[in-house]
Amino acid sequence: MESLSNKKKLIESKPLNLLERAYLPAIFQGLSITMKHFFKKPVTISYPEEKREFSENFRGMHSLKRDEHGRERCTACGLCALSCPAEAITMIASERQKGEEHLYREEKYAAVYEINMLRCIFCGLCEEACPKEAIYLDGDIVPSDYLRKDFIYGKDKLVEAPLNQ
Amino acid sequence: MELFDIIVKLVLIIVIFLLSLVIAMYSTYAERKIAAFFQDRIGPNRAGPWGILQPLADGGKMFLKEEIIPTNATGFLFIVGPSLAIFTACIGSAVIPWGQQLTIGSHVIDLQVTDINVGILYIFGVVSLGVYGIMIGGWASNNKYSLLGAIRAASQNISYEISMGLSIIALIMLTGTLSLRHIAEQQHGFWSHGWFTWNFFRQPLGFLIFIVCAFAETNRSPFDLPECETELVGGYHTEYSSMKLGFYLFSEYINMFVSSAVMATLYWGGYNYPGMDWIAAHTGTVVGPLIGVAVLFAKIFLFIFFFMWVRWTIPRFRYDQLMDLGWKLLIPLAIANIVLTGIAGTIFK
Repeated sequence: MESLSNKKKLIESKPLNLLERAYLPAIFQGLSITMKHFFKKPVTISYPEEKREFSENFRGMHSLKRDEHGRERCTACGLCALSCPAEAITMIASERQKGEEHLYREEKYAAVYEINMLRCIFCGLCEEACPKEAIYLDGDIVPSDYLRKDFIYGKDKLVEAPLNQ
Repeated sequence: MELFDIIVKLVLIIVIFLLSLVIAMYSTYAERKIAAFFQDRIGPNRAGPWGILQPLADGGKMFLKEEIIPTNATGFLFIVGPSLAIFTACIGSAVIPWGQQLTIGSHVIDLQVTDINVGILYIFGVVSLGVYGIMIGGWASNNKYSLLGAIRAASQNISYEISMGLSIIALIMLTGTLSLRHIAEQQHGFWSHGWFTWNFFRQPLGFLIFIVCAFAETNRSPFDLPECETELVGGYHTEYSSMKLGFYLFSEYINMFVSSAVMATLYWGGYNYPGMDWIAAHTGTVVGPLIGVAVLFAKIFLFIFFFMWVRWTIPRFRYDQLMDLGWKLLIPLAIANIVLTGIAGTIFK
């Protein structure tokens, strides 16, 4: 049959001649290739000290944002928990008391906000669902740990640092 | 023999023994580092600066691991195997001349443990003993994979010893002596009577055959079939754990060191280097020979590097290819080399 692409190559399997049977030319060729690699810069990134640059839309650990006055943006509407396909997010809402206006932006806030990092699939749907721009997956890689319970991150690990500190 | 001589010999033996252990230890580190460089990696760099404490950490691990002797193994032989392997690896360096004679005052110190007049035959004996460690270990494990590895090691070593011996015969036809000291002295300097003095330039083909056989005798890649992981789990040391495994791995590196020393002495001039007379005349009778020792070790390290370079370049031979290469190519070549050496010897005499 006629070849359509003309890329077909006929390969004959000839018996090796004496030089090829001695393997030496091929071995020297191989040795020169490995020697070239010997002087190449290593591609290794020594992880804890050096970090690979992430792409701009990398989704890492979540952070709960504060607004320009340093108040928590989250209003505990629960849309993030509802949108989460892995059911990783839970929260308990609470009402803002008098004198707490500098802490929470809305009248309702999340008293407890927990994300189970073992369940989370880092899809970013919570980020998309949030009407208050309160949650973003803009953090680092979630660090490893020994116990399952330590992977349930509360507000102490999730909320951004206050502005004045 | 005077007391002084005995003490000197004892010190020499201990120094060489420790040196071969330390070199074997750091060969493991060098192997990992060099493998990393060949593969565009960094290699071990966590234990100490640049990872130089890595061999100590590995050794500590080997000593502290649980020692397992399988119930069905032949207990006594199971222990004899690795002991024999490391023992034969260590005694090989006894006949290697490390340098010229040192003269301190009225004392003349020979930098060689013993100058027996059949040094090459001694090396051959030790090399062929080396396979016993592997064979006994593999057989005593009472494991099919170990046994297969041991059989491979035995047949491989026997096949390659023949061509190794034949390549040496051509060398002995040139040198006319079996003593390694005399062979090293004959290669004095670098250039005399219009040709290089080093035996490599008189026996290039012989050296090629010898180095291929040295790879096979030390069970190094591409001839590492006895411990072929992909086919035989771990080869002859499948059942070994803790320091007994360590001894097997260690003996491989000591073998590599000794065979590098033998190759450097037989073919690459040993402790001789260009311009050695001039340097010896200007530095005295102690520093001059010591520079020669340093030169010999530089050659040895180059050979060890070459061993590793080849290991990380060439894939393992298939078993039939290994036998083909040994019996159908190397032995005819070695015999042709003997004939050529004889013809050349009669023409140029």
